[in-house]
Amino acid sequence: MASEVNTDFLQNKKLDSIAADILKPVGITQGFIVWMGFLGIGLLACIYAYYIQFDNGLIVTGLRDYISWGMYIANFVFFVATSLVGMLISSVLGLIGFKWVKPIARIAEIIAVAFAAIAGLVIVSDMGRPERLPYVIMYGRIQSPIIWDVTVVTTYLVLSTLLYFLPLIPDLAISKGRIDHAPKLLQQTYEVLSVKWSHTSQQYKILLKAVRILLILIIPTAFAIHTVTSWLFAVTLRPGWDSSIFGPYFLTGAFVAGSAAVVILMYIIRVNYKLDKYLTSYHFDMMGKLLVLVSIVYLYFNINEYLVPGFKMKTAEAIHLKDLFVGEYAFMFWCVQLMGLVIPIILMLFKFFRKPLSLFVISIVVLVAAWFKRFIIVVPTQDHPFLPIQHVPKAWTLYQPTLVESAITLGTILLAVIIITVLVKFFPVIPIWEIAEEQNEADHKINE
Amino acid sequence: MSHNSKKTGEDEPGREQENTNSRRDFFKNFGLFGAVAAVGSAAIYSGYNYEESKPGHDMVKVLTSDNRIVEVPRDQIKDVKVDHDKLQKQGREGLKGHRFVMVIDLAKCRNARKCISACQGAHHLRPYEYHINTLVMQESEHTAPYFMPKPCQHCDNPPCVAVCPVDATFKRQDGIVLIDNERCIGCRFCIAACPYSARLFHWEEPLMAESDKGKPYNIELNIPQRKGTITKCLFSSDRLREGKLPYCVSACPNGVYYFGDENQDAVTNGTTKETFRLSELLRVNAGYQLMPELGTKPRVYYLPPKNRLFDFKEEKDPVQETT
Repeated sequence: MASEVNTDFLQNKKLDSIAADILKPVGITQGFIVWMGFLGIGLLACIYAYYIQFDNGLIVTGLRDYISWGMYIANFVFFVATSLVGMLISSVLGLIGFKWVKPIARIAEIIAVAFAAIAGLVIVSDMGRPERLPYVIMYGRIQSPIIWDVTVVTTYLVLSTLLYFLPLIPDLAISKGRIDHAPKLLQQTYEVLSVKWSHTSQQYKILLKAVRILLILIIPTAFAIHTVTSWLFAVTLRPGWDSSIFGPYFLTGAFVAGSAAVVILMYIIRVNYKLDKYLTSYHFDMMGKLLVLVSIVYLYFNINEYLVPGFKMKTAEAIHLKDLFVGEYAFMFWCVQLMGLVIPIILMLFKFFRKPLSLFVISIVVLVAAWFKRFIIVVPTQDHPFLPIQHVPKAWTLYQPTLVESAITLGTILLAVIIITVLVKFFPVIPIWEIAEEQNEADHKINE
Repeated sequence: MSHNSKKTGEDEPGREQENTNSRRDFFKNFGLFGAVAAVGSAAIYSGYNYEESKPGHDMVKVLTSDNRIVEVPRDQIKDVKVDHDKLQKQGREGLKGHRFVMVIDLAKCRNARKCISACQGAHHLRPYEYHINTLVMQESEHTAPYFMPKPCQHCDNPPCVAVCPVDATFKRQDGIVLIDNERCIGCRFCIAACPYSARLFHWEEPLMAESDKGKPYNIELNIPQRKGTITKCLFSSDRLREGKLPYCVSACPNGVYYFGDENQDAVTNGTTKETFRLSELLRVNAGYQLMPELGTKPRVYYLPPKNRLFDFKEEKDPVQETT
């Protein structure tokens, strides 16, 4: 991002065509109504599932005393992980000065906001006493990693929302006269949210400064949210969780999940909104390269996490690892490692697989595998406590998620998709002013 | 192992006497009666004094907290609400001057499971909900299996307390780790953190939720139990407050349990009521703790399952049979 903004681009003819392209899909369409109706009905069913759980207690889940953290916690880790990509793309790549992230940055922020917001809800779905949530603030004890997690996830959500909203303000100001096809209410919303932005260079200067501060602040916050999330496991004494590399291991895994999510959303936007002029094959190629890079780093951490204890095979660790490598969880474990990591890395080394459609397909596989990877991290460790599990009903020794549990988990995913849909449908998904400014600069260079 | 302990007694007859006395003092010292008894008897007494002079009432015999039988008129009997805040305060503070310990003699355990049923009865738990559970242990293929009762270890460095986000589980000055189910949010981080699998969660409405409804919450008994919260072994702190041994300790028919105070270096066998010097008992019998390498510093000691009084005979699993 340039430190000075030349507001000439507002007079540039190209701004009109850019704005027209990006604002064309904004508003309510038939497709949108059908899609939201589908999501809404699904969500209602899932809310009913939560009502059942709230009424009967967690007995309706497959969780019991020994495996007491299951799908919900895995889902929580997945949500926090996926939300991290906002930091990676906007902050890390943006601050380094990669120009190609500009049209993608807002998409990454949308994912960050949606997933971080829902992560909080996911954790509530796991609580035995959800109505006591305020106790976390009223009686919070600073030495519990849960308190750290609540603090940093909230901070990250606020910072991500600001990082989404601030660069959106000039766009709202540009757009407000250009969305006659959209409902009145939306036009009024634009009017209010654009906070009387008048495109003075002073305003842009302040905006850029604020965004820059946020971009820097969000890096340690993002590192903190996932590191602390990993500590929920790593601070315990259990084999499989008792690992000192859990922080970076989770963090690098988060970049894989998040990058895949961004590619998926990019592709959907590109195809549905016909924005291939802005989300070009080049952008997909670069995202493919990014996904390869973060996957290789994650693979490196996986090798560390499994090979080193696997070499020593200490008693308790050995039981856990055998369960993963050749035992009960072997199928899921190897699927996740091969389909979610090794094979995508190999494929994406070739240019063909970094084309939009193939990268989209690969990303879906990677994202699904990322969800199951969290399951593999959370559940199997609890199968083998230090002392034997005896004299309890057989069902207690085997974790099988129930329908209610799966529905609640699905509900949280639907909710995230709804937030993403609303943000993508009602607001410009690609930063108009930044693209126009870039175009303007390019034009100037040619003229000179 | 038990003949070792006896030998200690024979060598020093004076010591045995001294121990018995100190045990008596020990229980007298914290023989403070529960709030229920104290408030209740006060109310009964005032009624008794007032009505004494008026004959012709329908009289009822009641037992006061100092073990006297008195008569009071039936129409003067009132239910007394126990002060909830007082129960909470005394429950969180603990019993001053004590450091409770338990010693479990594995040589004597024959899986009678009386400790378990006494505990489940006192705390209103289902047959498969354990504050204390007897596990079948076998170190390796060629070593003999043995029964191991496993209560909460009441660690001095409790991993569960460290991770609790809301101070629902806490360590008292007398060494006991308790759980406050009015505070617990049900996150189950403590279950994840506990290496001894000592904690359980009320996944559904607790066994006696209906009949316990409206009772003042006694944090030292953890009754009423609540859905969506944790429960665990409490070292029967309600009994300790009354100067009695824990439920499991008193219920054991085989003399497996010793319970007492580290500060007084004395533990009493729940079956024989003999009192021993804790340090001596642990030293002579090579007492040990469960997984001390984890650094949790348990307050429960085990005496090894050597020279076992009973042969190992695994019975059919009581829970698997019924469920």
